[in-house]
Amino acid sequence: MNNILSVHTVRFITLVIFQVLILNHINFMGYINPYIYILFIALFPIKNNRIILILLSFLLGITIDLFLDTGGIHAAASVFIAYARPVILKTSFGTIYEHQSIKFNTVDFGSKLTYFTLLTVVHHLILFSLEIFSISKILFIVQKTLFSSIFTILLSVVITIIFSRNSK
Amino acid sequence: MQQIINFIIKNKNFLLFFLLFDIALLFTIQSHSYHKSKFINSANFLTGGIYNSINNINGYFNLKSQNQLLSEENRRLRSLITNSSNKVDSVFIDSLMFRASYRFFTANVIKNSYALSTNMLTLNKGVKDSIKQDFGVISSKGIVGIVDRTSNHFATVLSILNTTSKISAQLKKTNHFGTLTWNGKSPEFTQLIDIPKIAPVVAGDTIITSGRSSIFPKGVPIGVVEDFELDQAENYYEINVRLFNDMTNIEHVYVIENVNVQELNNLLLSNE
Repeated sequence: MNNILSVHTVRFITLVIFQVLILNHINFMGYINPYIYILFIALFPIKNNRIILILLSFLLGITIDLFLDTGGIHAAASVFIAYARPVILKTSFGTIYEHQSIKFNTVDFGSKLTYFTLLTVVHHLILFSLEIFSISKILFIVQKTLFSSIFTILLSVVITIIFSRNSK
Repeated sequence: MQQIINFIIKNKNFLLFFLLFDIALLFTIQSHSYHKSKFINSANFLTGGIYNSINNINGYFNLKSQNQLLSEENRRLRSLITNSSNKVDSVFIDSLMFRASYRFFTANVIKNSYALSTNMLTLNKGVKDSIKQDFGVISSKGIVGIVDRTSNHFATVLSILNTTSKISAQLKKTNHFGTLTWNGKSPEFTQLIDIPKIAPVVAGDTIITSGRSSIFPKGVPIGVVEDFELDQAENYYEINVRLFNDMTNIEHVYVIENVNVQELNNLLLSNE
């Protein structure tokens, strides 16, 4: 238990620092940034209490908001995907999830990709809707969501591949 | 009572989610209105400190371009001094303070953003350096933004690249004035709206601050007219302004204090 706690604390801090100090300065084509910190929510152990996950997601989002002066948009998006995670898990992993026995290192690549994609797209859609905060700019929101999602999904898949090999 | 408690226990996940989501929404809505972002801003000890120490390292990487900007400004100011026509034969010892209506402070930008629709900057000066809310911020080339929140050692700046920012601006050659806004798209352009149709706008005209607000003095350069069109009602121009400033590369800025702001506001209030 202690091990899991320290792993997740380190992961939390690393992802925040990595996000704020490096990834937010990429600005590919002017506005495209990956938001990789949601890996923390995606890879959070499934067996653990949902309340803890929701609280931690809020903390994670609000920390990112503090750094970026963005009000509460990251907190709102993070809390939402933390709450919606069981539904997304069920649609992407199907019956394995029912038995509560998923190890993110061992599931097949296809369903893992679906899982990341769903989480990322939902997160980014909420994030950019709240950031731009105007219905008349819906096309711009969709455009930003699409491009940033591609970037985030690519990066999160790469990161999970790299780190899962190390841990074996 | 039992049933209420049962309901709360049964739906505790949803209730917690709902509560936190609403708090986040509240912060978001606050951040979309001017001067309301009370809690969540980067002018605090933790984030300011981290940005400051990282900026100490990052500062070295663009020393060259920043030095070039500063020496370019020095050249411009020096040529102003040498070529100024009104020679004075006696000066006050502290000529900066004599009846000066504006005071200038220098500051460094430790965090900049331009990819969001509500962009903020963070400066490494705060209340202890006499920086307060509503001071103007300019760089050597032009306008940057307005100070929003301050802490002891840091301040956040509402960038002109912020969809909530509104700054009074005018054409340099005539006195037609309008409001400088941003449509959230390109960091190179801002939009000047409410310029009357009668104004002789030509592409390439210079846009400056109008001095109508108490924040910026008149004549701070903003940019040049890129293109323009009439708005939907066909009464006013909407002008695309290409900024003089490269908002993606800002390091040294000046913070402007209007010394007479109290007096000015009192006068305006008494008129109402």
